[in-house]
Amino acid sequence: MTTALHSPAAAGTAPGDTAPGDTAPGPAAAARPAPVTMAAALNRALADSLAADERVVVFGEDVATLGGVFRVTDGLAARFGPARVFDTPLAESGIVGTAIGMAMNGLVPVIEMQFDAFAYPAFEQVTSHLAKLRNRTRGRVSLPVVVRVPFGGGIGGVEHHSDSSEAYYAHTPGLRVVSPGTPADAYRLLRQSIECPDPVIFLEPKRRYWGKETAALTTAGPPIEQALIRRPGTNVTLIAYGGMVSTAVEAAEAAAGEGWDVEVIDLRSLAPLDEATLTESVRRTGRAVVVHEAQGFAGYGAEIAARLTEQCFYHLEAPVLRVTGLDIPYPPPYLEHFHLPSVDRILDAIASLEWE
Amino acid sequence: MTLLADSLMTAPSGDPGLAAAPLQLIDPAGQPGANRGGLELPAPETLSDLHRRMVLGRAFDVQATALTKQGRLAVYPSSRGQDACQVGAVLALRDQDWLFPTYRDSVAIFTRGVDAPEALALLRGDWHCGYDPYQYRVAPHCTPLATSALHAVGFAHAATLKGEDLVALAMLGDGATSEGDTHEAFNFSAVWKAPVVFLVQNNGYAISVPLAKQTAAPTLAAKGIGYGMPSLLIDGNDAAAVYAAVRAGVERAASGAGPLLIEAVTYRAEPHTNADDDTRYRDRAEVAAWRARDPIARLAAYLSARGLLDEAGAAGLAEEAERLAASVRERLSEDVSVDPGELFDHVYARPTAALRRQRAALLAEIADAEPGEDER
Repeated sequence: MTTALHSPAAAGTAPGDTAPGDTAPGPAAAARPAPVTMAAALNRALADSLAADERVVVFGEDVATLGGVFRVTDGLAARFGPARVFDTPLAESGIVGTAIGMAMNGLVPVIEMQFDAFAYPAFEQVTSHLAKLRNRTRGRVSLPVVVRVPFGGGIGGVEHHSDSSEAYYAHTPGLRVVSPGTPADAYRLLRQSIECPDPVIFLEPKRRYWGKETAALTTAGPPIEQALIRRPGTNVTLIAYGGMVSTAVEAAEAAAGEGWDVEVIDLRSLAPLDEATLTESVRRTGRAVVVHEAQGFAGYGAEIAARLTEQCFYHLEAPVLRVTGLDIPYPPPYLEHFHLPSVDRILDAIASLEWE
Repeated sequence: MTLLADSLMTAPSGDPGLAAAPLQLIDPAGQPGANRGGLELPAPETLSDLHRRMVLGRAFDVQATALTKQGRLAVYPSSRGQDACQVGAVLALRDQDWLFPTYRDSVAIFTRGVDAPEALALLRGDWHCGYDPYQYRVAPHCTPLATSALHAVGFAHAATLKGEDLVALAMLGDGATSEGDTHEAFNFSAVWKAPVVFLVQNNGYAISVPLAKQTAAPTLAAKGIGYGMPSLLIDGNDAAAVYAAVRAGVERAASGAGPLLIEAVTYRAEPHTNADDDTRYRDRAEVAAWRARDPIARLAAYLSARGLLDEAGAAGLAEEAERLAASVRERLSEDVSVDPGELFDHVYARPTAALRRQRAALLAEIADAEPGEDER
């Protein structure tokens, strides 16, 4: 198994070397990028990280031979071999717990929890050890582990396949929590997460896996913890992340037709939070709406709303509002559209922001 | 070496003989054990070292208990009674091997060479882990049960992937074998053939719950069968047997043959911690009977009968133990120095902006609370 770690395939990428599943262009085509899905962008990020750093290992349930149930790891096992990319027994606590041990011994594990709600058996390992070992050991033990979690709904999944679990993780000191909203950012954020010395919960919005974007895949751009203004605007700040970024941009375009100039912020990093970008925007626009799929009560949006109220109160024209999922267990497929924030609900919230 | 799981797999179903007798190299009277199961008796110098390190470990443990009663430690889960497991297992490790201890394994940590104040930092309360794991190849004391067994498996498997020759020793208790992470650690290690030795110190109780309420398995060693993992059932108060079994497991794992499960039958001589009242659940006669099966006295009897330990040697060792206890007492009686600012320093590789603000606010609050010049 040692040889595979040091094989030429692992040490670098030969020109024209593409893995199955790669849809992104090689260097020669970088000037004219082809449309790429988020799943393919993530696959490319994993391949490039495996090629760039021999400490990186990818493992989880069905990630090797099958290529993952969403095909995000497609072709990686064939290209990098069984010492770098491997299937595990079906046990999420075991996956996270062994990743912790591997990271203690110098590897950089990138592991997959097959679905959001199936990550819960690993909760103790994530919150009590992954998040805390650096602090427990006064910085002597570093755990550069990335936990990839396909998260959120909108795909017609049956029970336990559509949870939004970000608040549990964001509430835990020591974890970074990030979620990409676009294919290009999925590539950048995943590469950045793998290079990050802190453990990262990487939330992949399932409903956006197959959405395409024509953009070069590069690590250049904003650093891991910086929010991005996806659409500049002047009189409302719409704050979203992950699967809701596209919905928020769509709502902003629709709002323009009604005379509202909406700025959309893609948080990218939920923890730590880029408060500077947020407060600068909201002090400028005077209005803010937070959007997420997760249920609202004690949800991530409550933290944003509280911070904006504390830091921007005298600039606000209206209360900070939240457009979230309902405070119910995630609904079955035929009912999920009642739960998920829609463009209309976002527009309704914007309309109520004390415009007179 | 006769591996229990191999023999159990051929045993008739339902045979009460499944509860096999623990392997023993030295019996409670200090005589050669009758049920050696192929375990190799350690060399005389190793036996002497086991005895010396158990005496020192006991002095450390007794002193830590005393310091707890004086309020110098926040809590102390004593290893007393399990001295043979603590010392035998650690001495069986090679330098490059790693120890993954639980909260009851302070004597093992100390025996591995961790300086006493560093070994006791968690239990004193100045930080969650006082030592550098990489310096001693000892993972932090693990307070949740069984979770560190998975860390041991991952650590060991990474060694395999990287071509390193090292074995991880995962310490567990009888109660921890009921936890899901124990199951997952056994299973992952067996599937991966990870170089791990699991040492289950079956001390009879999980705080107050006796083994009979913990499992219906004939023995804890028998659980190896379900994972395709060989196992050994040994007398955990026999330091020679613990040393030999763990050494056999280390050699086996290092050869690429995979993990070994060892159940060491022993007894927790003290309450769960100083905060526990074990008279609520343990019969005094039972405790007295087990205390009479002291692992140190057993090995001392064996060594004395063979001229490997004389009165002068025993007296010299007693003096060494007293010097150690005095040193531990003195160093742990010093006032604890803590830095509130450090609370923010290791949460992330670099403190976030929000943590830097909280750090400054806390330090300002502390400065405000201290009387200024004009207030005196």
